[in-house]
Amino acid sequence: MDLSGDRSSKLSKRSIEWLARPGFSRFMYSAVAVLLALLIGAILIGASGYSVKEAYYNLFMGAFGGVYSLATTVVMSTPLLFTGLAVAFAFQCGLFNVGAEGQLYVGALASAVVPLALGGLPPVLRVTMGLLAGAGAGAAFGFVPGYLKAKLGAHEVITTIMLNYVATFLTTFLVKTYFRDPGPVDQTVLLPLGSRLPELISGTRVSLGVIIGVLAVALLNQVIRRSVLGYEIQAVGKNPHAAEYGGVNVSARTIQAMMISGAVAGLAGSAEAMGTLYRFIPYFSPGYGFTGIAVAVIAGESLWAVIPAALLFGALQSGGQSMQLFAGIPMELMTMVQGLVILFVAAPALASMLIKRKSSSEEGGGRA
Amino acid sequence: MENITKRFGNVVANDAVDFDASPGEIHCLLGENGAGKSTLMRILFGLCRADSGFIYVNGEPATISCPRDAIALGIGMVHQHFMLAERLTVAENIIAGSEPRRHGLLDYERARQKIAEVSQRYGLAVNPDAMVEEISVGQQQRVEILKALMRGARVLILDEPTAVLTPPEVDELFSVMRALRASGTTIIFITHKLKETMEISDRVTVLRDGRTVGVEKTSDATSDGLVEMMVGRSLPIHDDHRAPAQDIISLELKDVSVAGRKGSRARLSSVNLAVRRGEILGIAGVDGNGQLELEEVATGLRRPSQGKLIINGQDVTGFDTKRIRDKGVAYIPSDRLKRGMVSPFSLARNSVLGMQHSAHFSTRGVLQEDVVREHAESIVDLYDVRAESIDQPIGSLSGGNQQKLVVGRELTRPHSVVIAAQPTRGLDVGATHYIREQILASRNRGKAVLLISAELDEILELSDRIAVIYEGQIIDVRRAGQYTERELGLLMTGQRNGV
Repeated sequence: MDLSGDRSSKLSKRSIEWLARPGFSRFMYSAVAVLLALLIGAILIGASGYSVKEAYYNLFMGAFGGVYSLATTVVMSTPLLFTGLAVAFAFQCGLFNVGAEGQLYVGALASAVVPLALGGLPPVLRVTMGLLAGAGAGAAFGFVPGYLKAKLGAHEVITTIMLNYVATFLTTFLVKTYFRDPGPVDQTVLLPLGSRLPELISGTRVSLGVIIGVLAVALLNQVIRRSVLGYEIQAVGKNPHAAEYGGVNVSARTIQAMMISGAVAGLAGSAEAMGTLYRFIPYFSPGYGFTGIAVAVIAGESLWAVIPAALLFGALQSGGQSMQLFAGIPMELMTMVQGLVILFVAAPALASMLIKRKSSSEEGGGRA
Repeated sequence: MENITKRFGNVVANDAVDFDASPGEIHCLLGENGAGKSTLMRILFGLCRADSGFIYVNGEPATISCPRDAIALGIGMVHQHFMLAERLTVAENIIAGSEPRRHGLLDYERARQKIAEVSQRYGLAVNPDAMVEEISVGQQQRVEILKALMRGARVLILDEPTAVLTPPEVDELFSVMRALRASGTTIIFITHKLKETMEISDRVTVLRDGRTVGVEKTSDATSDGLVEMMVGRSLPIHDDHRAPAQDIISLELKDVSVAGRKGSRARLSSVNLAVRRGEILGIAGVDGNGQLELEEVATGLRRPSQGKLIINGQDVTGFDTKRIRDKGVAYIPSDRLKRGMVSPFSLARNSVLGMQHSAHFSTRGVLQEDVVREHAESIVDLYDVRAESIDQPIGSLSGGNQQKLVVGRELTRPHSVVIAAQPTRGLDVGATHYIREQILASRNRGKAVLLISAELDEILELSDRIAVIYEGQIIDVRRAGQYTERELGLLMTGQRNGV
């Protein structure tokens, strides 16, 4: 037996456990990871021949320097708030929803089309119906992989990835064939004022969407912590055999968790279509659904942590844009920094999740 | 070993422990889980280092800082969890790390010969060319013993070797141990089972809470005396106020079969059982003869391919687990970690598993946290669960305390039927005793108890009637007094003729 190997793996396991501890230390760890990513980013920027000082000054100012910058950060964070929450909620049931991107597309199209058909209704109802349509479309797209998993055992990672293609192509097809705005571009008709999510700060695109996002986080957090449904969803996520023993309908909870996750991802699309773009444009998302996975992994077990995690990515995005605009530094360098953040924060978290699973299965074997 | 002390944080695992074993002796190291047995032996084998104390081997002071040192001193250890490469052959596993070479190449033939020689000498029959993943657990254990012997072990540490074995395999292991003793090998046998201690050992050292509480010749020791040393008090079973069994059937299986995978025999075939109010029906049998299927059919986790399940007169065949349990079925599952609890959940949340939807614990879909916490507190009090708080994850408790919570949860829910499957598996003497008392108390309150256990002692101690299961069939049912232990042992291995 190789004892030294054994010892070092124990050590690294302990350090990973420390990193995975909930609460403040976890927050501190994320902060350190961000600083580390910025440090390496600085080296890359310097090595590419740009001024690091100028780059990071513009990055900071673009993200936090003034009302307009802050507003941009919030706008960039809003869809990530929803997609991050969607993925994090599915995690609670042990499901890996890679399909938030597709659910976002169908949600966005539904929200861009339904209010148009309800022209006669008062704005409050039109907007509400638009949001419900987006959530419903997302839920329907979440139902499919949930059902396939529960009834046929098809792995949700595979099915949701495939459904992403279905969703993007289906929405594009529908726009081109049925909902096309007369004009040169493939897009839907502009939503009239009464069908939009109201602006919170005029002149910026900060809409009611961000408030709805925070409320969604609060609501689902309560569902997980207090309700029987949340109890059962978590039981399924943490030990489906014990859940079954406890009389939980594992199939039903799997489908429901996937539908709720899909509905929240659908709302990400609604917030974009009704609060930022005011219409549906094919291929509008720069991968909000996928960045949502990174947000959820950084947030870890806590749904509340989705909020700061989404803000972080929103800030990097808006700061990166101003860095490109004012310092002439290509956006790609900022994308690289984002990648580094994901690497430093998410990779140990993923590793600790794997280790936890492994050690708990070993324990099971040992005591049986 | 002299004056060995080892601390883990604030916990003193070994507190100035003395231990010695002589050549040609089977020395039993007895104690409850957590008494410090394994720690002491891990120190001897170099897996961890003592904070203070001395080790002498053959009278010489020895420094053992890693297993390699221990092996060089002729010490071998067989762990509870085997350390074998499943995809290699038996011979390859045995020689790994000390491969015989010829011209720099592996001399496989010579290795096989040596293995055959050693295995013959001690009656350790194994096929050196079999893949490890294909042989039984008992045979894997032999491979581990061979591995230690081939490396020149004169002192062999066996860590709870019988925990994974069937009764016939235990007998075989014991005869191997006797052969080894005859050749002068020292065997240190770690266990918490009294019967085995009395049967095989020459001397016994008892540890409790990290201290040596006694060293005795086995011939001078009594079971009761050893229990008292292990637990610190005597443990008579209280079984008073027994209500007589009534002639009302609460749980009945009629002609129940469970089909096997394609081509293999049925897991259960035509099982008929009836459990009455106020009686314990024990299911005796060697593990893997259909007990798991029986347990799962009776609780709705598995649908029988044929037959009926009747609870309190109602046909509930095909009902899901929730509906069956709501008919009044308390269920202590055989696999606690897999079925009985959600490890990361707190004690409080685990204390309502299976009742989360009941009107008592939730209103309009919202869990009533106060009621849940009160319930958890009362189980912790009533069932003697040792925990720091009801908010800690149940996975952080010892196995015995986890099981007490599971038993407490099940026996406090409204029920008329108890299905207790391997209720004391892997638990120490104190917890085992406690849980057996609770099962008796439940019977005495008029519940119908189906007790499925691979521990013959448990079946004999608790049951009013005993059914024997073998290859998925119930091959005999009688009143408990009408079997001898020998008859039961034979029936469990399928030998009807000897009875």
